[in-house]
Amino acid sequence: MSFTIGTGDTQFHGPGQIMRTMGQEQERKALNLSTLLRLLVFLKPHWQRMLLAFFLMLISSGVTLLTPYLIKIAIDRYITQGDLAGLGHIAVLTALAFLALGLSTAGQQYILSWVGHRVLSTLRADLVRHLQRMHLGYHDDHIIGITLSRVINDVEVINQFLSDGLINLIGDSLIVIGIVTVMILMNPTLALVTFSILPLMILATTLFSRRAKMAYSTTRTRVAAVVGDLAENLAGMRVIQAFAQEETTQKKFDQVNRDNRDAHVQAMSLAFMFLPAVEFLGILAMAIVLWFGGYYVTRGAISIGTVVAFLSYVTRFFTPIREISQIYTTMQASMAGGEKVIELLESEPAIHDVPDAVKLSEIRGQVEFRRVTFSYNELPVLEDINLTIEPGRTIALVGQTGAGKTTMANLVARFYEVGNGAILIDGIDIRTIAQKSLRSQMGLVSQDPFLFTGTIADNIRFGAPEAPIEAVIRAAEGANAHGFISRLPAGYDTQIQEGGVNLSNGQRQLICIARAILADPRIIILDEATASVDTLTESLIQEALERLFSGRTAIVIAHRLTTVQNADLIYVLDKGRIVEVGNHQQLLSHGGIYRELYEKQFIDKEAL
Amino acid sequence: MRADPEQTSRRSNTRSFGIYARCFAFLRPYWRLVVLSYTFFFFISGLTLLIPQFIRWVVDHGMETGDMRIITYAVLALIGVGLVKGVLTFVEGRSLEMVSQGVAYSIRKAIHAKLAALSFSYHDKTETGELLSRTIQDVERIRFLTGRALQRMLEGIVLASGTAVILFSMNPQLALLALISTPFVVAIAFSFGRRFRPLSLRIQQQLAVLTTRIEQNLRGARVIKAFAQEEEEIRKFDLENSRWFLLSRRAARLRAFNIPVMQMIASIGMIFVIWFGGRLVIRKQLTLGEMVAFTAYLSQLTLPIRRLGMVIAVLAQAASAGERVMEILDERSQVLERPGAAELKGIRGQVSFERVSFSYFHQLPVLSGISFDVEAGQLVAVLGTTGSGKSSIINLIPRFYDPTEGRILIDGVDIREVTLNSLRSQIGIVLQDTTLFADTIKKNISFGAPEAGEEQIIGAAEAAQAHEFISQLPDGYDTFVGEQGRTLSGGQKQRIAIARAILSDPRILILDDATASVDTETERLIQIALENLMFGRTSFVIAQRLSTVRKADLILVLHDGKIAARGTHSELIRSSGIYTDIYNRQLKPPVPSKTMAAGRAGSGATGNNEATDEVEI
Repeated sequence: MSFTIGTGDTQFHGPGQIMRTMGQEQERKALNLSTLLRLLVFLKPHWQRMLLAFFLMLISSGVTLLTPYLIKIAIDRYITQGDLAGLGHIAVLTALAFLALGLSTAGQQYILSWVGHRVLSTLRADLVRHLQRMHLGYHDDHIIGITLSRVINDVEVINQFLSDGLINLIGDSLIVIGIVTVMILMNPTLALVTFSILPLMILATTLFSRRAKMAYSTTRTRVAAVVGDLAENLAGMRVIQAFAQEETTQKKFDQVNRDNRDAHVQAMSLAFMFLPAVEFLGILAMAIVLWFGGYYVTRGAISIGTVVAFLSYVTRFFTPIREISQIYTTMQASMAGGEKVIELLESEPAIHDVPDAVKLSEIRGQVEFRRVTFSYNELPVLEDINLTIEPGRTIALVGQTGAGKTTMANLVARFYEVGNGAILIDGIDIRTIAQKSLRSQMGLVSQDPFLFTGTIADNIRFGAPEAPIEAVIRAAEGANAHGFISRLPAGYDTQIQEGGVNLSNGQRQLICIARAILADPRIIILDEATASVDTLTESLIQEALERLFSGRTAIVIAHRLTTVQNADLIYVLDKGRIVEVGNHQQLLSHGGIYRELYEKQFIDKEAL
Repeated sequence: MRADPEQTSRRSNTRSFGIYARCFAFLRPYWRLVVLSYTFFFFISGLTLLIPQFIRWVVDHGMETGDMRIITYAVLALIGVGLVKGVLTFVEGRSLEMVSQGVAYSIRKAIHAKLAALSFSYHDKTETGELLSRTIQDVERIRFLTGRALQRMLEGIVLASGTAVILFSMNPQLALLALISTPFVVAIAFSFGRRFRPLSLRIQQQLAVLTTRIEQNLRGARVIKAFAQEEEEIRKFDLENSRWFLLSRRAARLRAFNIPVMQMIASIGMIFVIWFGGRLVIRKQLTLGEMVAFTAYLSQLTLPIRRLGMVIAVLAQAASAGERVMEILDERSQVLERPGAAELKGIRGQVSFERVSFSYFHQLPVLSGISFDVEAGQLVAVLGTTGSGKSSIINLIPRFYDPTEGRILIDGVDIREVTLNSLRSQIGIVLQDTTLFADTIKKNISFGAPEAGEEQIIGAAEAAQAHEFISQLPDGYDTFVGEQGRTLSGGQKQRIAIARAILSDPRILILDDATASVDTETERLIQIALENLMFGRTSFVIAQRLSTVRKADLILVLHDGKIAARGTHSELIRSSGIYTDIYNRQLKPPVPSKTMAAGRAGSGATGNNEATDEVEI
């Protein structure tokens, strides 16, 4: 079918690849110059390499144009004239041309690929750095999956365009213009007749890419449905079996499975229509050249060499045109992605260190809330909170969900900025303290015991990466975690799986406590740390916590009042205000909200 | 864990062959389409090999002689051939796609059915992510193997040998020179494919590592900030990031050099055609048309050969993918239905354990010699420390696992004698860790009884104290829960799970009465719901509350897999030391005291964590 001499490599993609490249759904965003310029900045450090790649591209485009012409000369001037010496020369010239083509393509591809991956990794690193600097509130407002896709996918499309796309766009355009020029120069009539295929080619491509987008997006939805259904059934397998619903779920899965199959057949059928159509148009072009060319040859108007060269040019002509339309799609994607990435890179952290921020050294651990007010999304959360925690004391915050307990803890760690008033540590306003030095004085054990993938030991030494294994074990002992860790086959080297599923919630919590013990902070924040563990583990945790609290300032938030009875002072919060203060006994006898909460909680247990 | 590529290549050939055979066996239901598409494929290859002959014809017989008729016929024939080829290609491509998608569909269906049939002991030791990746990605590899990969392999072979035959028949000398570089191109294509595929897999894996790192950084942002570890996390990311860059660079180098080198070697043949072919034309030993046809043949051979190299690499991967998939399909469930098992008809709910012993994966015994009898409608409270075997006892009743020794009888019938479906549909289960499905609340409540009517569903929700909050939702019972829907609180989910159990109206009930992390009002509602649920049914409760044990007709106190004490609360509180101990630690209402943890450590069972701990429903 194809009649090319030399490069035939990008001639035909497989049907799957055609589907993927041309079926990408893009927001219809025109070329945005400012975004483009902003993106080009990423290439600046590599401008010398890009320049070199550009020159190599010029060479390879030139040679691509040259080879059919060499064949024409070989046929017309030497073969038909019987010039053996001239034929030898042209053969050597052709060999050199192929060599030049190979070398320049290799160099160009390597450089572009290198630059592309370098830009990609730099951009990702920049983004990760930036995300680490962002205030915690940013992560509340942004869905993790979306942020993740910025760093992984959007960056990838940008790179595709910047490295490959841009230069290939120029190269392909040059080849198209070159071929058109050469063909018109060789024989204007034959050239124009051949170009009559072009509108058909454009029509086919447009029709296909429009349908492919829809079909392709359907396949992605269907795959997602299969994954989703299967994942859910696996997670709920115990419930499915318990309720003997295997058949119902199998039927449901069959449905999504079948839909997925059909969507793929549907989409691929489009590709199997498009590819033969394009191929046929190529053959049609060839037929036109052969017929008109033959006609002119028999009239003596053109040489056979010209016809052969035309055949070769014609097949080369359509590839760059299709590539340009693909690059255009990539460009749209990278403009859209680029805008989002730039937006992310330019977003400012809401909390940053003041220019001459204080570095805390040894602190005593006194915490003071001074007339603190805080609102979130314009809803008041805390109002006029005043309290002072003396060093080494344990205080508890109690109240219904939404009373503002967790917010108070978050404010102490400066995860959020107070609206009005101030929080002081050892009398220093925390806004004047460097964030890193503030937080390295604090330890957090929260309701959701978050563990990182890695070993148990790595997780315990998270706050003190240099700590030796002895210190890790000591911390685990202090957290009542050593027992179960040493019973695990791999002990402290046990890999934590994603989300920590291979440990029970209580065990994870114990590891988090060990982490806090090893970090040895002056101030400890405990956010509902015992909420979802069974009673027995709770007692282990309680014991570990007592060890953790000794000698440190501790802020404890809890639903279960058993956890807070030992606090030196209990603050009862209601709708963002402190409504009661005292120790357990005082508050019980006071007969307010606290007593009410207490009685409700033990209504069952005291019904003896 | 992915199989590492080197291991794959060391796999014995016979074993791979067996796996390929099993993969291709899935083609069987689609054999008609297979025959159709491969018949068409051979036609298409023939036409492909025919097309350069038209060029030759036009050049030699048309242009040289100036006969316009011949040119016209040749050109019309060429267009006809192109048209036929296009249609055939479409039909062939579509049928092959239907075949291979059908294979993927059948395998996925078989995997799903298998997973649903496998007992808990299988699901205990496997990970969801791993199973997902096998069902999606590995099956995709098998699909490619049975579809396009095989076709491309044949295409490479057929076109290469067909071209060789035609070229040799036109001019053996020139054919030899023209094809002299082809074996080298094939060799490079193979070695490139073999090196490039594993590398691109490793790049993908490294990208997955990067993604996980970033995801963890985002999810754990609070912890990272709290421990001031931003710099350390960035350092770790940079490490993985540069690893990714190095791998990508290697791939880039491989591709940037191999592909042009392949082209350069392939073009050696072309230069011979120009130089030697040109000489032959001058000496009238070859026609010009033949020479042009030679170049056309050579250039249409490059791509199929390069694809051949890639396909060979895919074969090795498909073998390991096939192995991972077959592993699931070959798995035997630990709990099997006896052939010809009878239906368990409407039971009363009397349950007996007869000297039941049990161990996970044939390791440490979890239960040994458990015997007890429960009358229909009684309440049994199971007590014990973590790892004492509490959850194992209740998991044996619906046959989530089978005892290693002894037997369990319901109404005097050994549960292994009846069908799983009839057994489990008469047992209701509510545990603390509630699973809801991504569907409406209504569908979730009627999960165990899909035919239930609206009133029944509402009735169940009312009894489960869930009606009130459900009807306050904007969409009521049609509210979508789960990932893309509304998130419910833990207490709300638990009440829906209770409603689900109430609606399926089981004779035997298994539940965990713990209600953690809910506020006091919700806790009270759940208590009422549970009491409604247990009313009139044989109930096994992993008891966390005093009210339950006080009402229990039988309390079983487990210790190290044995029944350490049994009786009612009033009997045990007087006679059993271990019961009193557990009572004091786990059940007694907390007395305000300064020593909340006093005397709790050191007890033998504390923190004891055998496999049982993870086995929950």
